[in-house]
Amino acid sequence: MKLLLKVSKVNFMGGKSDVPLLVDGKRCDGRRVDEMRPITVSVGVLEKAIGSAYVELGNNKVIAGVYGPKECIPKHHSDPYRAIVKARYTMAPFSTDEHGRAGPNRRSTELSKVIRHVFENLIFLEVYPRTQIEIYMEVLQADGSTRCAAINAASVALANAGIQVRDLVAAVSVGKVENQVILDLKREEDNFGQSDMPIAFASRNKEVLLYQMDGKLTREEMEKAFGMARNAADLIFEKQREALKAAYAKDGAVIEEQG
Amino acid sequence: MSIISEITKDSVLNYIATEGKRIDGRGFDDYREIKVEKGFIKSAEGSALVSIGKTKVLVGVKVDPAEPFSDRPGEGIISTNAELLPLAYKEFETGPPNEDSIELARVVDRGIRSADIIDTASLKINEEKVWGIFIDIYVLDYDGNLMDAAALAAMAALTEAYIPKYDEQNKKVIRDRAQGKPLPLRGIVTECTFAKMGGKIMIDPCLEEEMAMEGRLTIGIMDKYVVSGQKAEQAAFTQEELFACIDKAFAKHETLKKLAMG
Repeated sequence: MKLLLKVSKVNFMGGKSDVPLLVDGKRCDGRRVDEMRPITVSVGVLEKAIGSAYVELGNNKVIAGVYGPKECIPKHHSDPYRAIVKARYTMAPFSTDEHGRAGPNRRSTELSKVIRHVFENLIFLEVYPRTQIEIYMEVLQADGSTRCAAINAASVALANAGIQVRDLVAAVSVGKVENQVILDLKREEDNFGQSDMPIAFASRNKEVLLYQMDGKLTREEMEKAFGMARNAADLIFEKQREALKAAYAKDGAVIEEQG
Repeated sequence: MSIISEITKDSVLNYIATEGKRIDGRGFDDYREIKVEKGFIKSAEGSALVSIGKTKVLVGVKVDPAEPFSDRPGEGIISTNAELLPLAYKEFETGPPNEDSIELARVVDRGIRSADIIDTASLKINEEKVWGIFIDIYVLDYDGNLMDAAALAAMAALTEAYIPKYDEQNKKVIRDRAQGKPLPLRGIVTECTFAKMGGKIMIDPCLEEEMAMEGRLTIGIMDKYVVSGQKAEQAAFTQEELFACIDKAFAKHETLKKLAMG
């Protein structure tokens, strides 16, 4: 096992991974440092939701459903000038190795808040005054970067709901293992790596709609990571557009993409 | 949004647009006056009262015997909680933590945890117990920028915190600073928060600016590393804006670090 000797035993985030995270430029699942896991996007997977989408990102399985615009509950939350957005990101109790508790926790509450802000930016809120738009994201199977997979699904679900949005959004995580900047962290890389930085970009101008980060990165590493993330976002946008086109071309209609 | 906050928002934005200035006359890269008072609470193993302008945040650090996590035996634990006390602002309500207090606690916690400044491996008491470091953020007066005030208060409290002596024979904690030892710290994390509004980005938003704020960005720094980040609110940041904020957070690091170390 000559290769294993090259792996440093020091992992700053605490704890040690059972598998080496980087050996000769290959990651624990064989990917290159700048390689994203396969991603599939399906549109309109739920019967009752106004819009829905299902995303698999590697072993992540995430489903998103959108309801609304509908009457605000409670009524005093309603805004006479714009729609209010409610977003809920949760992880199923069976989605991880150890059984989790169903429903929201401190982590999901924080993530739901910043994810809501992403969609408040994207939706033309003033088109739907006095209403609420509900975005539900359920992580069914988790393998790192779950909030990114959830955002990617919700973006498509909103479009599928016919809600007027400025743009699509694509989210991807970047981070660091064994002092190398990597793209799209899987669970082991998140748990035992040196940094995790999920970023969400708007499709057209690549503005940053969500940015969170923990771990340690120098400014140079951050720039490198942003570069990788932007490229990956383009790939995700392509998958999202393909999925939407496929969904609406079912009736034999020809869809021309505009500008 | 209430009518008062709509009016406040308009006046803050108008002032930026017409005068090119912040509502309180500060420069876009200037903090309000910052004061740090350490050791304010004697019943806590560490504490600090921090004010940034009229914002006032008290952090108490308690050090108690605790159970380690099953996947990290022998390692001390860190827990951070924030209370937006109803006496601090008219819109803060009683009840369980809401998304704002959870976000505040988690962003402060993230900086401390990911910079790895507390040597948790040295916090073992015996085979069953470890020391738990409980960081409680108490917001006393809210006039904007709770993130930086809480992060600075937490950091200052940690620098003066001590680990009590554990009397193994009587299974008792001896809470006497003279018999304890300092909490082992590896570095100082500082957090800088930026608000984006009316096409401008400014550091340390006051309450009126937070009402008008379209986007918020908090960057945690330790020495040459970015150690935490959090973007919130609707407005997007371009990559250039984001890195400009990171550079400013680096530039403020030494000043804030000195304040935390006191």
